Amino acid sequence: MELLKLFIQSVFIDNMVFSFFFGMCSYIAVSKSVKTANGLGLAVTFVMLMTVPLNYLLENYVLKAGALSWLLGEEMASTVDLSFLSFILFIAVIAAFVQLLEMFIEKFSPSLYNQLGIFLPLIAVNCAIMGGALFMQQRAFATVGEAAVFGFGSGFGWWIAILVMAAIRERLAYSNVPKGLRGPGLAFIITGLLGMAFMIFSGFQMN
Amino acid sequence: MKNKTFQSLTNPLAKNNPVLVQILGICSALAVTTQLKPALVMGLSVTAVCAFSNLVLSLLRNGIPDRIRIIVQLVVIAALVTIVNDILKAYVYDVSKQLSVYVGLIITNCIIMGRVEAFALSNKPLPSLLDGIGNGLGYGAVLVIIGFVRELFGNGSLFGYQIIPECFYEAGYVNNGLMLFPPAALIIVGIIIWVHRTTNKDLQEK
Repeated sequence: MELLKLFIQSVFIDNMVFSFFFGMCSYIAVSKSVKTANGLGLAVTFVMLMTVPLNYLLENYVLKAGALSWLLGEEMASTVDLSFLSFILFIAVIAAFVQLLEMFIEKFSPSLYNQLGIFLPLIAVNCAIMGGALFMQQRAFATVGEAAVFGFGSGFGWWIAILVMAAIRERLAYSNVPKGLRGPGLAFIITGLLGMAFMIFSGFQMN
Repeated sequence: MKNKTFQSLTNPLAKNNPVLVQILGICSALAVTTQLKPALVMGLSVTAVCAFSNLVLSLLRNGIPDRIRIIVQLVVIAALVTIVNDILKAYVYDVSKQLSVYVGLIITNCIIMGRVEAFALSNKPLPSLLDGIGNGLGYGAVLVIIGFVRELFGNGSLFGYQIIPECFYEAGYVNNGLMLFPPAALIIVGIIIWVHRTTNKDLQEK
């Protein structure tokens, strides 16, 4: 039940795009057609589901103050605080995982690989993924399960957001927009309006 | 030659602004702009990281194998961001608290990766440094504009000092609370892009 709450909260209330602006760059650039948006959304959700718990383990068993007690014993470990390394290690885990995933998909499912193609390497610099890892660190979840649900929920929220946006932009192709506003300008204003719609969820009581 | 080097500094400020034209680095541009002060600090931090990552990677450019360049870039950038983060924590702790995770997100700021890929890896160190500074300042300029509008209309203040006089409030003026919420930032960026493209006709899409 706790986990379900966390999931709904991270999909709707704390939506990655509309309340934190994570992953805006690829969100604006790739939301021109529903098909590609769908592929990128799927890839982001999967990478977040995997990297957030991975980074959670790293944070709690290597980086945090006193986290190395399994290796050095309680006394020694309390003097070691590696948290200044967290940015470098988080991004290395994400980049390595994306690289691994790319090789894996290429080997076992060439059709999916062709579909996702250029989007896979792009995911390494998608702020939503790094943002997920940093929020995980800030909120200090109790178990690795919670971290996984948070990662999945956040990725899923991003997926929904980019799908809605792509659908709207496909319809917009037929309307007569002022010249200066075409393309990114209008995309931002639409995202703003969608964000206002999503603000409704912030009134939800989750307890 | 001199002129060209100088252009790599001034071009990104308006004509080829990274935020407005290349639509890069939006994530942090929107999140930290509810007030002017964090926006300014963020702009300066990104300028520093962008300048030094361009410089370092431009010096290393002949030694990096092509296949692992993304990882090398990320490690250099992440190290620089870690330094900036610690400096911010030491000297402007309250702003650093306000920026929270967005300092860490400078690593994945597409402007920095983009400039390294597009410029530093194929140019000499000095132009790369200037290009980094120019792009960082172009980003900072947009942040300051958004921060100015949001703080003035959302709080009635600038840099934390009250600007809109008390008598306005007595006459029935009310702060626009929506300005402090995420959607307002998106709409302001949309309008800035609109104005920018109306004045630079060659950027418009058909």
